[in-house]
Amino acid sequence: MTEQGERTNAWSCAPEELEAVGKTMAAFAEGGNLTAALIAVQQEVGWLPAEGMKIIAAKLGVSETTVYSVATFYNRFRFVPPGRRQISVCMGTACHVKRGNIILDSWKRRLGINEGETTPDREYSLDRVDCVGCCAMAPVTVVDGEAKGKMTPASVDGLLVQHGLEDGRGPAATENGGPERGNKDD
Amino acid sequence: MTDTISDIFETLKEKAASESAGLKGGAEVLITVGTATCGRSAGALETLAAIKAAVKENSINARVMEVGCHGHCYAEPLVSISKPGWPEIYYGNITEGLAPFLIKNFLVNEDPALEWALGAVEENEIVPSVYYSPRFGGELRRLLARCGRIDPENIFHYIAEDGYSGLVKILKASPVAAIDEIKKSGLRGLGGAGFPTWRKWSAVEASAAEKKFVICNADEGDPGAFMDRTLIESDPFALIEGMTIAGYAVGAKKGFIYVRNEYPLAVERISSAVASARREGLLGTDILGSGLDFDIEVVQGAGAFVCGEETALINSLEGRRGTPRLRPPFPAERGYKGCPTLVNNVKTLSYVSWIMARGAEEFASVGTKDSKGTVVFALAGKIRNPGLVEVPMGTTLRDVIFEIGGGIPPVIKPSQLPGEKPVMKARAFKAVQIGGPSGGCLPESLLDTPVDFDSLREAGAIMGSGGMVVMDEDNCMVAAAEYFLDFTVKESCGKCVFCRVGVKHMLDILSRITRGEGAEEDLATLEELADKVKRGSLCNLGKTAPNPVLTTLRYFRNEYESHIEEKVCPACECEKLIAYYIDLEKCRRACDACVGSCPTEAIYTRSDRLKAIDQEKCVKCHSCLEACPASYDAVFLVSPANAIPEQKPDKKSDGARDGGGPEKRKE
Repeated sequence: MTEQGERTNAWSCAPEELEAVGKTMAAFAEGGNLTAALIAVQQEVGWLPAEGMKIIAAKLGVSETTVYSVATFYNRFRFVPPGRRQISVCMGTACHVKRGNIILDSWKRRLGINEGETTPDREYSLDRVDCVGCCAMAPVTVVDGEAKGKMTPASVDGLLVQHGLEDGRGPAATENGGPERGNKDD
Repeated sequence: MTDTISDIFETLKEKAASESAGLKGGAEVLITVGTATCGRSAGALETLAAIKAAVKENSINARVMEVGCHGHCYAEPLVSISKPGWPEIYYGNITEGLAPFLIKNFLVNEDPALEWALGAVEENEIVPSVYYSPRFGGELRRLLARCGRIDPENIFHYIAEDGYSGLVKILKASPVAAIDEIKKSGLRGLGGAGFPTWRKWSAVEASAAEKKFVICNADEGDPGAFMDRTLIESDPFALIEGMTIAGYAVGAKKGFIYVRNEYPLAVERISSAVASARREGLLGTDILGSGLDFDIEVVQGAGAFVCGEETALINSLEGRRGTPRLRPPFPAERGYKGCPTLVNNVKTLSYVSWIMARGAEEFASVGTKDSKGTVVFALAGKIRNPGLVEVPMGTTLRDVIFEIGGGIPPVIKPSQLPGEKPVMKARAFKAVQIGGPSGGCLPESLLDTPVDFDSLREAGAIMGSGGMVVMDEDNCMVAAAEYFLDFTVKESCGKCVFCRVGVKHMLDILSRITRGEGAEEDLATLEELADKVKRGSLCNLGKTAPNPVLTTLRYFRNEYESHIEEKVCPACECEKLIAYYIDLEKCRRACDACVGSCPTEAIYTRSDRLKAIDQEKCVKCHSCLEACPASYDAVFLVSPANAIPEQKPDKKSDGARDGGGPEKRKE
């Protein structure tokens, strides 16, 4: 990211990602539906890289400003790459009432990033969403599209440990996860 | 022509009868699992897999079917079993681990495992019916009647359950007859505003324009409401039929269903439903041989709350920023691409199929003078039996919350140690929030308000999309108002200055109050701003944004005052105003539960081996309070945060035992 120092917070975009933008945009002509184009690109690439926005603008024959004005209007579009695992914490009314902010704080603390950010190794991205519609299961966190209900700070740690094991990294993913056990065999 | 319609429909009905033969008391065993979004978050897909495996393992001849949501979210995953010789039985909370035992006990060993059963679906002499419980018996299900009872992706199940008879009836009559029937029924828009549906319809119908559109507004953005999603995921054909009827009545050939971005499963199911309706000739050209052309396109929104406003939705559909337009002209005159457009909510359109099939008189047989029919609420928050509740208009809030919803659940600390008794602390009702960010919080004194469009508006709330979030004494009303304004600030499209700047300003004041930095004049400023934002905003997002603040100020002013004057949060919720402490009288030396639960290592062991919390490190995550075993129950909350003088971590004496600090809150 150092070569892009002048643009703070800009993630570099891989050449194959840019190629995918071009390929997706081939289906659109000048004057086409801008929202539909953005949705298609995001579905293909996973995010909207700055370089890709130029391609979209050129292809639809609108200014880059117009593309940004629509893209930034909707919550769906993201300008940072998604993590390999995507965490969305529900902050709907029911989750708020059941103290969903505690869950969001737990994720922030454990992943070391804020909402709307991605960890530097692109492993995790953290977002907040306004209600995924499973209010009876509040508080809810959606992990890779799968809604997990009745979350607690301990289940945040549990999920991270589970991910660690799945990836063969061991439970060390959380620095001070579970309780210390005194009777460990050395 | 009416003969052709009947003939084609009869053929479909015959096919439907054979396709759905097993649905009611067939010769084989039928097992259904509710796998809508809420069921899935409770593990319904795992349960489904476990059931399939158990059926195979025991070589049982059974059909396992995925259905939509029953609306009984508290009992998810919900499984139903109909076995020949037995009534159909609902089972609640059937987890992956329980499922194999249920299958084996009932289907192999003839033991119906009634300990896991909610009850039988119909009255019978063997198993008590679910309708004895107010959660089932207190409801009147019309819109939700098919939810969880049919395979949402099988159009023949829908036809077998009386589906499409409304469309057939009206195709044999005339478009005007359809509008007359809706007018006679008194149906009002169930999206929240309660505008008489027939007026929108006849306005679009009256236009001479050649191109007209029907749009179904499924951009259910209110946090806390999920009935539109459930209807689409569980009974999508009712919506498709309702839209087809609307298209026929107003003379539109094309419809759009604008589904919210956050509902991927709903998009999947409605798209597949549209495809099967097209395949069976119930969408497309010459529907049922009547000469009617109508087709539907499913569009997924891009995530903006304001797009629930009809003109913003149309802008979004055209690929632009979803900002509202000035009305008039109303969409009925100039809507999508400048053509007359009918915009109705999912529930309204689904109800249209019901009304056409059963008649306006039956629709209007329940309800109040000006609000006819039933209404669906999404009950959530601090409630025993959350889920979807359908009741006649005019039912009181008390009946919905305490009878059907089962009231406020106690806070339970389960037993963790051997021989330990769980601790239960009863909680009192504080408020019910109706209508999402545009609605209001109603206190206990208004619980006898009947739920209909006009009574709720009078009380300061709105029907809105029907979200009903119950709050108990642990919920701070100032924090609730702050939460809703935070939502509106994020979702304001920015077009009107009062909404964009005014609401932000109100939010800043509320945040200051919840941090304990409020000033006396803040309440007056809030009221003044609320009035100006209401008058200075174009669309309903801005016009209703101050409602949560106004109602909490009206009914819970004392809470605001204690935040400002005493820096106390009476509900112990506002982070900056509370502190967690360990009661040394109750703490036990041998226990380390809280230490392990703390994510920031804020809990340390004192020289006397009791535990204490380092207030500087504490992030107020509530973990220690939950981890402390029920028989000690030593962690408690106080407000204000500085109520107990700090004990320094290096203090080695037992002198801190004297306590004497503030009044301990009910724990």
